[in-house]
Amino acid sequence: MTSTNLERVRSDVVSMDHLDQLEAQSIYILREGFARLKKLALLWSLGKDSNVMIWLARKAFFGHVPFPALHVDTGKKFPEMYAFRDRYSKEWGLDLTVEYCPPIDSVDPTLPPAARSAARKTEGLKLALAKHGFDGLIAGIRRDEEATRAKERVFSPRGVEGGWDVRDQPPEFWDQFNASPPPGAHLRIHPILHWTEADIWAYTARENIPIIPLYLAKDGKRYRSLGDADITNPVASTASTIAEIMVELDGTKIPERAGRALDHETEDAFERLRVAGYL
Amino acid sequence: MTKIVNLSSLATPAGTPRPQLRIVIVGHVDHGKSTLVGRLLHETGGLADGKLEMLKAVSARRGMPFEWSFLLDALQTERDQGITIDTTQIRFRTPSRDVVLIDAPGHAEFLRNMITGASQADAAVLIVDALEGVRDQTRRHAYLLHLLGVKQVAVVVNKMDRVDFSAARFQAINDEISAHLIELGVAPVAVIPISARDGDGVAARTDRIGWYSGPTVVAALDDMTPATALDDLPLRLPVQAIYKFDDRRIVAGRIEAGHLAVGDDVVIMPAGKVAKIKSVERWSATPLAGEHGAGRSIGITLDRELFVERGDVIAHAGAVPSDTRRLRARIFWLHDQPLTAGSSILLRLGVREVRGRVVAIEKAIDPGELASVETKQIARNHVGEIEIALTQPVAADRYVDNPRTGRLVIEVGGRIAGGGLVLSVDADQRAVSSDIVPVQSALQPEERSARYRHQGAVVWFTGLPGSGKSTLARALEHRLFAKGGSPILLDGDTLRAGLNRDLGFSAADRSENVRRLAEMAGHLARNGHIAIVAAVSPSRGDRAEARSAVDTAFREIYVATPAEICEQRDPKGHYAKARAGDLPGFTGIANDYQAPETVELRIDTSKVDVGRAIDGIEDMLRQTKVLDEGADLAAFEAV
Repeated sequence: MTSTNLERVRSDVVSMDHLDQLEAQSIYILREGFARLKKLALLWSLGKDSNVMIWLARKAFFGHVPFPALHVDTGKKFPEMYAFRDRYSKEWGLDLTVEYCPPIDSVDPTLPPAARSAARKTEGLKLALAKHGFDGLIAGIRRDEEATRAKERVFSPRGVEGGWDVRDQPPEFWDQFNASPPPGAHLRIHPILHWTEADIWAYTARENIPIIPLYLAKDGKRYRSLGDADITNPVASTASTIAEIMVELDGTKIPERAGRALDHETEDAFERLRVAGYL
Repeated sequence: MTKIVNLSSLATPAGTPRPQLRIVIVGHVDHGKSTLVGRLLHETGGLADGKLEMLKAVSARRGMPFEWSFLLDALQTERDQGITIDTTQIRFRTPSRDVVLIDAPGHAEFLRNMITGASQADAAVLIVDALEGVRDQTRRHAYLLHLLGVKQVAVVVNKMDRVDFSAARFQAINDEISAHLIELGVAPVAVIPISARDGDGVAARTDRIGWYSGPTVVAALDDMTPATALDDLPLRLPVQAIYKFDDRRIVAGRIEAGHLAVGDDVVIMPAGKVAKIKSVERWSATPLAGEHGAGRSIGITLDRELFVERGDVIAHAGAVPSDTRRLRARIFWLHDQPLTAGSSILLRLGVREVRGRVVAIEKAIDPGELASVETKQIARNHVGEIEIALTQPVAADRYVDNPRTGRLVIEVGGRIAGGGLVLSVDADQRAVSSDIVPVQSALQPEERSARYRHQGAVVWFTGLPGSGKSTLARALEHRLFAKGGSPILLDGDTLRAGLNRDLGFSAADRSENVRRLAEMAGHLARNGHIAIVAAVSPSRGDRAEARSAVDTAFREIYVATPAEICEQRDPKGHYAKARAGDLPGFTGIANDYQAPETVELRIDTSKVDVGRAIDGIEDMLRQTKVLDEGADLAAFEAV
């Protein structure tokens, strides 16, 4: 009966905790992206963040991931990462699309060495865009990772060359996003922009999402962030479980990307990468 | 599995869960927003290792004294210019809150970025320079906080060191800004004297502000509360999409207000179709029982196959949103081109996308100025109240009834150009509540008007038989067609020979005749044509109905030729027949013609020739924005 609908009290409603709220917002963003763009791909770097993102997509679309999982492969990832990719692309029923990056010669030689190496990934991404004609790329960046990422939009327009015009980002009122990329350009969609590193781990544990074991400490070291094997360094840590990682994060003042050489070579190395289209 | 520690719910000193609070810091450029953020991080121990050293190095490299703001001004251009360009987020903890700080730029040029930051916030800190006092951007930001729905605001009066920590100066600014905020309906939770650079008033009340007894900034933040979900309001589930990935047909969306459960009777608005919730779906578990509250992104299935589409709103019977084609809204405008009456716009009301037209603009002002002059168009960074006619019915709530569903944005060229609150919903413009599913044209009105160089319109000639309506209508048709336009003539008598042949001349049949003409003409107008109607249409009420059906595209022309001249002309011989008694109820001699009181144009064909009359009609159509400005004959021939 209608009357009972209206009489029911709020106390019957199961309240949402912090992770529920993050999840609901990310699902909303993923569904908006899927509704408003024609050809999407989800960038799967195999790291903890993009695994959470795939998990959220399966929640948003009731067990399905209705767009390809795109791995832009530098060929220099850790063996554990490739093993993870091959296993879970099957288990999760993903439409896995692998794009290989061009050789290092094709990358801006004025960039510092590690950033130049990372910029290969941007070139690989551009090749994938040109080949498949995606108008939207779902990327697992977070505001708390890095200061220029903090300035990102949830729906972030890119130029035809894939560039990010930081001076002219459109406004996002509430949950209203700008989803009309000009012809030939594309949008980056950031469903977990509002999450933190600690949120990612808490959610990974709660949902029992598989992770690459490199994140857990072995011989007093672990990786906090995974990139190319040659430009990513482990941090000193004894955290061998997710619970221990969370306690460690609570006390640390070391930034997450401290082990990612490309962030620290020059003051603006990361911004230059991002303006050119890096994640 | 081990019970894991959720960082965000690590208990407060009081043992309660630690809520997350999103704070935006706003205010005039150079009043010290970024500096306050840097200081807050420092005072609460939120700075990452090495950041302090990095700041010192970055400041030294630019030959500047130590700059806290470089912490957040991450972009090279921001550091070089010493201003914040885009919004930034950073986190720290007060005794009982996890705070996400959003630093928003103070430059008028970057107001869109301030809005982006502020529209995600639970609460705000408005910063005012003690020396400079309240400035235009202070007022503009205060106005935006009100418009964006940020209700908790703490004011900090910064740079107290520059005014020798004068209690009198603080009090003067306190009085001015408090009065301004209260007028906007936002009562400040605290007004705090500080020096962000030195730290006074940020985490501790120092001797220099010994005369101040209120909370510090950290204490004020600690007292603020996160925005709560709207569980207590009536159910609103806007439909984001329908998914058919497997044998289920799942209606997906986020509950914006209220709550729902399996078995509920629901109404799908604006069409008003009813159904029962069959299941609540979820991956990776079996369908869910129980109540689902506001804030959840969910999926439901219904007990019957209904046409449901993105943008529909699911509600409980008895507490549904209004279905309407007309809204009144208060809009903040960001686009370079001012918003004017008559503009065609794309509106987003939640996930609903709909085209419309600005019918009227009122109370447009610059919220940055104290004594603002009202205008009839909304310029960049100004606000105004607008009346919007929509091409399709939508489900809408007023902002006062539902702060989440009662707000909208306007897009120009695929980019958000403004946004604001729904003030009222015109219930007289209700949609038809039935299962009829209109199919929309594949073309947008803009595409047609670009080709025809005119907007869709209805030009309605009314007047006595023999007054010259058909002659003028045919001449106008010819003129518009010669210009490359798309005129279509709907003559009352011609239509009576076919479509309306079931109708006679009783008052009721005449009303129906006019209604059908108006419907058909309105349809043509909405599709970009100029429908030219020539019909006696004697009843003022019928014509008013026609105007209301056609809406803003209606242009009424009264062909006011004197009755005796009409009878002399008698082109169809009707007057003669009527005088002979063969045409009972003929309008020409029955004196039942109700002349219009206000019309767009009045023409007496006994005084002007056809050519000049058509010139006059063309002028009127240009002035009322039906014809494009430059669309004259010469321009057409030059093409």
